[in-house]
Amino acid sequence: MRMKQAYLAGLTMLVASVIATYAAPGGGTISGKVTYEGTPAKPKPIDMSKEPSCAKQHATPVMTETVVTGPNNSLENVVVYVSAGAPDENAPSQPVRFDQKGCQYIPHVLAFQVNQTLEIANDDQTSHNIHPLPKINREWNKSQPPGTPPMTDKYDKPEFIPVKCNIHPWMHGNFAVLKNSHYAVTQGEGSFTLANLPPGKYTITAWHESYGDQTQDVTISGSEAKTVNFVFKAKPY
Amino acid sequence: MRLMTTKSIRLFLVVLAISAAPALVSAQQMESHIGKWTGHADAGKQLYFRYCWGCHGFRGDGNGENAPYLNILPRNFVAATFKCRSTPTGTLPTDQDLFNAIERGFNNSNMPSWITLTDQNRADLIAFVKTLSPRWKNDKPGEPITVPPEPKLTIESIKHGHELFEKLECWKCHGQEGYGDGPSAATLTDSNDQPIRPYNFAAGSRFKCGATNQDLYKIFITGLDGTPMPSFADVIKAEEAWDLVHFLRTLQVTRKSPELTLWESTKEGAEQVASKKIYGTPTGSGIKQ
Repeated sequence: MRMKQAYLAGLTMLVASVIATYAAPGGGTISGKVTYEGTPAKPKPIDMSKEPSCAKQHATPVMTETVVTGPNNSLENVVVYVSAGAPDENAPSQPVRFDQKGCQYIPHVLAFQVNQTLEIANDDQTSHNIHPLPKINREWNKSQPPGTPPMTDKYDKPEFIPVKCNIHPWMHGNFAVLKNSHYAVTQGEGSFTLANLPPGKYTITAWHESYGDQTQDVTISGSEAKTVNFVFKAKPY
Repeated sequence: MRLMTTKSIRLFLVVLAISAAPALVSAQQMESHIGKWTGHADAGKQLYFRYCWGCHGFRGDGNGENAPYLNILPRNFVAATFKCRSTPTGTLPTDQDLFNAIERGFNNSNMPSWITLTDQNRADLIAFVKTLSPRWKNDKPGEPITVPPEPKLTIESIKHGHELFEKLECWKCHGQEGYGDGPSAATLTDSNDQPIRPYNFAAGSRFKCGATNQDLYKIFITGLDGTPMPSFADVIKAEEAWDLVHFLRTLQVTRKSPELTLWESTKEGAEQVASKKIYGTPTGSGIKQ
């Protein structure tokens, strides 16, 4: 019991000092591009004919999103984040939103912080079941019929969590639950920027749902801007 | 000499006190409480390695020697995701839930009913199973859901239950007539990516988590964690949930129930029930694509 108290007190002090050091604004910036080499698997058209209310929302078939590429071999939907060197942070108060629209998850990869409120909304005229498949956090599975208000949830441990809808088997998404606010998800150009990093040594990790993860160590001094690029080996299958 | 002995006794007592403190804590964690029964993990361990490990494995991760031969894999106690709970989705079950599961067995799976074991045996086993996952140290079981008293059975409640079955799209997996052949049935997988079938009401067997109306109520409110069956706790009102129970019973055309009898007493219901083909859970090409 006494040990537990001492432990808690120590933890509180640690958290307090961490917050104090982190409060310093400004700092360095790490930016770069994520690309692939090799031949990535071609996106396949999704057959939504079993769900007419969704199929009619798309003039052309929706393509699978397990690998999404852009111009100049750029890779989309890569989570780039500080995996070591930065202190853990408390979650921001604003929620993040995960939409189900046209039987697709928007965004396909949603990054947010530990204990940050996650809002899940159904904009479709059909029932979805939201079934995230964590291994470390708790697994739940909830139904969300059309017209029901967004549901909210939180994850208390960092983890990359695949999300699926069992009713519509083509629906796949990902949650990236991260320990701090230094993260970015690459878009069309494959570029990312991690700003406001205080001087220090950092491990930067790039995670892709099909190609796994890569890390690089970067040291920032003063308010310098450093470039870090990641290249993933693409597999044609 | 005598001084030495007192001193060593004192030292012994101090050492004992220090070592006993964490032991007491872990002893509490290694207990289960079901009604008047208190289960102990050390006793449960003996039983586990006699009756359970062949399927559930010596680490409790569901990789026992027999596991490759089983369809519907043995429960992984390390992951500690449980289908049959009285607690909300995403929470640990109560000791009583696990106790009931061992007693009842799992219908349509290889898990038999262990009624040959005594209540004390089952309580001991649960205490041991809870030592297999760190989740039991970090999390508490969820707060059991409240099941309101069952309202009077009426034709209206059956009909309203049918509307809910349509509105909540239960038929997407379970099929319009409850045969387990809905449009999404063929592609269902559990959380281990193993194919899994939705319940076929027409086959008339017991449910996975019990045989009573209360059990049926709990199944769709809590969901079956680790399977495609979601929780409907946030999207269905308590009084409406009982209507759905009443309707679902009329889909069990091979099982006599007050609900089915009442439904068959109407012209519409009698025609519907008479028109039903009875066969087992469809497989392969039998599943309507």
